[in-house]
Amino acid sequence: MTMEMHVNGRQRALPARPHVNLLDYLRGLGLTGAKEGCAEGECGACAVLVARPGADGDGATWTALNSCLPASVALAGQEVITAEGLGSPQALHPVQREMAERGGSQCGYCTPGFVCSMAAEFYRPDRTPVDEGQEPQEEHGPNGFDLHALSGNLCRCTGYRPIRDAAYALEGPSADDPLAGRCAAPAPGPVVTDASDDSGRYVRPSSLTEVLELLAGDPTAVPVAGATDHGVEVNLRGRRDRLVVGIDRLAELRRLEVGDDVVEIGAALTLTEVEQRLGGRVPLLDALVPQFASRLIRNAATLGGNLGTASPIGDAAPVLLALDASLVLAHADGEREVALADYFTGYRETVRRPGELIRAVRVPLPTASVTAFHKIAKRRFDDISSVAVAFALDLGPADDGAQVVRRARIGLGGVAAVPLRALATEQALEGRPWTEETVGHAAEVLRGEGTPLSDQRASAAYRSAMLGNALRRLWAESQDPGPTTAGGGAGR
Amino acid sequence: MSELSRRPAEGVVVGRALPHESAGLHVTGHALYTDDLVAACADVLHAHPVPAPHAHARVLRLDAARALAVSGVVRVLTAADVPGTNDSGVKHDEPLFPDTVMFHGQAVAWVLGESLEAARLGAAAVQVDYEPLPAVLTLAEAIEAGSYQGGRPTVERGDVERGFAEAAHVFSGVTEMAGQEHFYLETHASLAVVDEAGQVFVQCSTQHPTETQEIVAHVLGLRSHEVTVQCLRMGGGFGGKEMQPHGYAAVAALGAVLTGRPVRVRLTRQQDVTMTGKRHGFHAEWRAGFDAEGRLLALDATLTSDGGWSLDLSEPVLARALCHVDNAYWLPHVRLHGRVAHTHKTSQTAFRGFGGPQGMLVVEDVIGRCAPLVGLDAREVRRRSFYVDGQETPYGQPVRHAERLAAAWRQLHDEADVERRLEEVAAFNATHAHTKRALALTPVKFGISFNFTAFNQGGALVHVYKDGSVLVNHGGTEMGQGLHTKMLQVAATALGVPLELVRLAPTRTDKVPNTSATAASAGADLNGGAVKDACEQILRRLAEVDAGRGLPWHDLVQAAYFARVQLWAAGFYRTEGLHWDSTAMRGHPFKYFAYGVCAAEVEVDGFTGAHRTRRVDIVHDVGDSLSPLVDLGQVEGGFVQGAGWLTLEDLRWDTSEGPQRGRLSTQAASTYKLPSFSEMPVDFRVSLLQHAREDGAVYGSKAVGEPPLMLAFAVREALRDAAAAFAPDGGGGTSVDLASPATPESVFWAVEDARSGDPDRARLVRGAPGVVPDQPAPGEPALHPRSEQVQRDLLAHEPGRDGSRSAQVEA
Repeated sequence: MTMEMHVNGRQRALPARPHVNLLDYLRGLGLTGAKEGCAEGECGACAVLVARPGADGDGATWTALNSCLPASVALAGQEVITAEGLGSPQALHPVQREMAERGGSQCGYCTPGFVCSMAAEFYRPDRTPVDEGQEPQEEHGPNGFDLHALSGNLCRCTGYRPIRDAAYALEGPSADDPLAGRCAAPAPGPVVTDASDDSGRYVRPSSLTEVLELLAGDPTAVPVAGATDHGVEVNLRGRRDRLVVGIDRLAELRRLEVGDDVVEIGAALTLTEVEQRLGGRVPLLDALVPQFASRLIRNAATLGGNLGTASPIGDAAPVLLALDASLVLAHADGEREVALADYFTGYRETVRRPGELIRAVRVPLPTASVTAFHKIAKRRFDDISSVAVAFALDLGPADDGAQVVRRARIGLGGVAAVPLRALATEQALEGRPWTEETVGHAAEVLRGEGTPLSDQRASAAYRSAMLGNALRRLWAESQDPGPTTAGGGAGR
Repeated sequence: MSELSRRPAEGVVVGRALPHESAGLHVTGHALYTDDLVAACADVLHAHPVPAPHAHARVLRLDAARALAVSGVVRVLTAADVPGTNDSGVKHDEPLFPDTVMFHGQAVAWVLGESLEAARLGAAAVQVDYEPLPAVLTLAEAIEAGSYQGGRPTVERGDVERGFAEAAHVFSGVTEMAGQEHFYLETHASLAVVDEAGQVFVQCSTQHPTETQEIVAHVLGLRSHEVTVQCLRMGGGFGGKEMQPHGYAAVAALGAVLTGRPVRVRLTRQQDVTMTGKRHGFHAEWRAGFDAEGRLLALDATLTSDGGWSLDLSEPVLARALCHVDNAYWLPHVRLHGRVAHTHKTSQTAFRGFGGPQGMLVVEDVIGRCAPLVGLDAREVRRRSFYVDGQETPYGQPVRHAERLAAAWRQLHDEADVERRLEEVAAFNATHAHTKRALALTPVKFGISFNFTAFNQGGALVHVYKDGSVLVNHGGTEMGQGLHTKMLQVAATALGVPLELVRLAPTRTDKVPNTSATAASAGADLNGGAVKDACEQILRRLAEVDAGRGLPWHDLVQAAYFARVQLWAAGFYRTEGLHWDSTAMRGHPFKYFAYGVCAAEVEVDGFTGAHRTRRVDIVHDVGDSLSPLVDLGQVEGGFVQGAGWLTLEDLRWDTSEGPQRGRLSTQAASTYKLPSFSEMPVDFRVSLLQHAREDGAVYGSKAVGEPPLMLAFAVREALRDAAAAFAPDGGGGTSVDLASPATPESVFWAVEDARSGDPDRARLVRGAPGVVPDQPAPGEPALHPRSEQVQRDLLAHEPGRDGSRSAQVEA
């Protein structure tokens, strides 16, 4: 089959080479602006813009992605813009002009990626300048620029200050800005794809039924959505699958439905989309998202992928465990629902059977009254957890008017071969008064949960200490709701 | 005022705040890096290493047959293919294709393929049998085993035993600090082609094109004039591309010679982190004496650096470390021993600061830990110990402009509103049980010039074309530091022409030969001096043509051409007044010192040890800036990189006895975290010291690349103070031993130590004469830098010039 990609305004042929990522494809076209810095989605030097459907369903949004991760054939029929497509040395794009004039580039190697991430935020439709006299939100510019838009881009030269200043100096797109104008028309839809070479086959079917048939027919078939994990395996560990099934644009996996007692989140919605579409209905997920990797990753990564790979250090699992979430597993023979607490069975092993696919995540409503997500990591932006703790506590008045813990759900990551519930700690809290004494006792129990290891991220002793301290912090913050800005605390 | 430093009255382009000369290319993706050239090159072969799975092992058998059977594999390069010398270093201790593996992941062979995929699959198919050998990994293991390499120098002044006897307070301790991965965003890359006459042309991401040329030539058995190395630009270097590129360039060149096709070597991030050298980790045993006023009186220390498997630049790094233990402080009685451990790790190498940061960290750690026990604020101990005019460094160099340090310190106190903010910090800490803040100040004094005198020379080639346009070549490389921007400004200023008339050509060894590495912060000093010299030669000839007529530039150039006057010139510069005896470790190695001071305010979360840098104020001395925007970028970027080294970046090797022993477990961006936006100071204020003309450098400027990195000590000291604030007594008298890097976990344990109120947790021994650090045995080898060796050899062979004495020294 003949495939094409729309790159910087030109229709380009797209060879059927399933293991060639978008970055290598673009560089093969002679577009060397996007660079390989790490090949695992950590540095953003390869960032490009892709036209994705707008948040409201129509129109397009320029979305920044790490081009090193997705297979090039997964972008068949899509529109891609690289730094070269934004402007030229003779006619700089406003983002490029600010970066150049303010000393935002030194060696320049990370710069095209920064420019693309920054341009995505420049074009973000709901970016609104702060009213005069009002303080911008933390890590936001007076122009509404969210610094987290650049959390997935690393620069080793500048120390970031001039890049921040460039970002905060940007105005809105001009009336005749062609890329802003482009957003009025719909983004290209997914293109049914079947591409093979010696290394393997990539298939993007048109429906969930076809996906399930493919998965049922070949037990080695791998469903891939945002490729934020699979792409790393392909790039760094030479993984070559016989059959990859692209599921990231499947309509059946991209619904978000809010009912009276449950919210159902499509497994192939990106984290960015989940945040936008939930609109604050599940505060614990709002606490999770800004700490989940980087914006570049969140623009591609999905809850289905994060739970499908079953990593013990994935950040979604502890939160969803605390929320008592369950998974809808689809199979060619039918669907079943599994509580997340029963899903993980061993290191990267789950109850998911061959041919089964996570279709959606269900979170019961209403969620608990006190929720918090504590991520312990070396770096505040874009790091992998040493320990992650999610709390969902229902407090209520006892007969004497004091607060009692009615129900406790605590999800843990990074302290065992699987994400797990802190069952003993939950028991130590439930039915007890919400007091320092209860918390002190329960924190000691929590310290002993799991079987933490020492590795390059943290020592076992630190991990245990962090478990206990997470609960102590939750208590302290419940007594004094003032922000403790240094921590990787509950909020942004 | 020296002629070198004098700025003309008009037409001055230096001093203007200009963006980087390639900024427009950077932001649009048009700037080309070595590996970008592959796209426009036909028939390229791709190289992939065959990595060893042991830290130390003999190669018993290497069989490439199965690799050659892989579709697309063209050739497998092994030791047998080397026509010249199988060595990639200047110390002849780095076999390019080793028969003994010296670190986990070392390449034992390279596979060339039609595609990178073919080369990768071919490399996996090469069969190698190993006999594993015991490996020394940590500094503790090396010290225990007495595993050292290279010279073991000593810097000494005064009488340390007398100093300790006279001291009012004596403390002994150990300070350890981790290394640092460069993590330039562009990994090592080389692209080699061979022309019809056998001339080898290597495009390489290298800070030292001349040395890359020399290594390629000696591996291929060619002369230097048969090899040309070009560097367009680098995507960051930071010292990591000073010595390390040579072997990869040699692999590419060897492949090109053997196959007749262009060969590309580009390391993946994992390969780069696994195979290339890093900043040296150091271990220091010390005892320190303070007088009754809290001034440093005596310091006795033994510094051991982790050199890795070969010497590389470990000796000069160690020399610079020993020459910077004093930092900004007068040490009346001092004895500093140094040695390089030999371990089965990557060969550690140059990294911005080049040993200076490690040496300075020792004295800052000493002050930070001892000051609370002396009964003074560490800030006060620092101030009282500052050099004053007329004093000398431990190696005997007068500290010129010491008063600038005190001036910058006072200026920073005012600009950063230190006294008021200290009160705010105290008030905050009094009302916050779980969060503490601290504000700390530290100084930097950093010597500029290569320690080893011979390297302090630079060359340039400046062409004026008939239309008046100017093309500048110089020996320095551009790695983002803005050297080319400064050289354009220097040339335009020297010639008195508008900047638009001047262009820079890529750095090439066939234009300017025998260059020094772009390193030691000296790029602008050395190459700027050479560019200025070339321009002035041309100007002198033009002045004769002009003969006082005052012709406009274009007319003058035309007139000169028709008068058959040479319109181009080769410029040369050498730094005057330097001398250094590396055996005695005495002399005048530095042209001048760069000064800076930093105030950093941090906040520490007592639950986790997580921390944020709330505000940073810096006053830094760049002389009279050649290019203020560039210099500001160097100060800020250097600071953040230093903060990364001190508070975040965490290299970990597998030191278990398991099968992965010696493997670097942080070999990817996902496990090795460098600063991101979240580590940038929320409020970041940098000012350049005003009226700071440096008489000994081009247009009164100073070097800026390295010194600001060490401003980040203020962050580390503030974290120490914040941890101390968790102590039951509020921290005033609490000595805190803070690990380096001060990751959240390290800070958390420091907080726990402070909370415990247990003085033993400070890990200090109190009282004279202190715990004497390891002393070297008599007759330990001295440093023998190549420059001195060659000179001594020449002296030995020259009759009548003291040959007999030199021969004796050699014996």
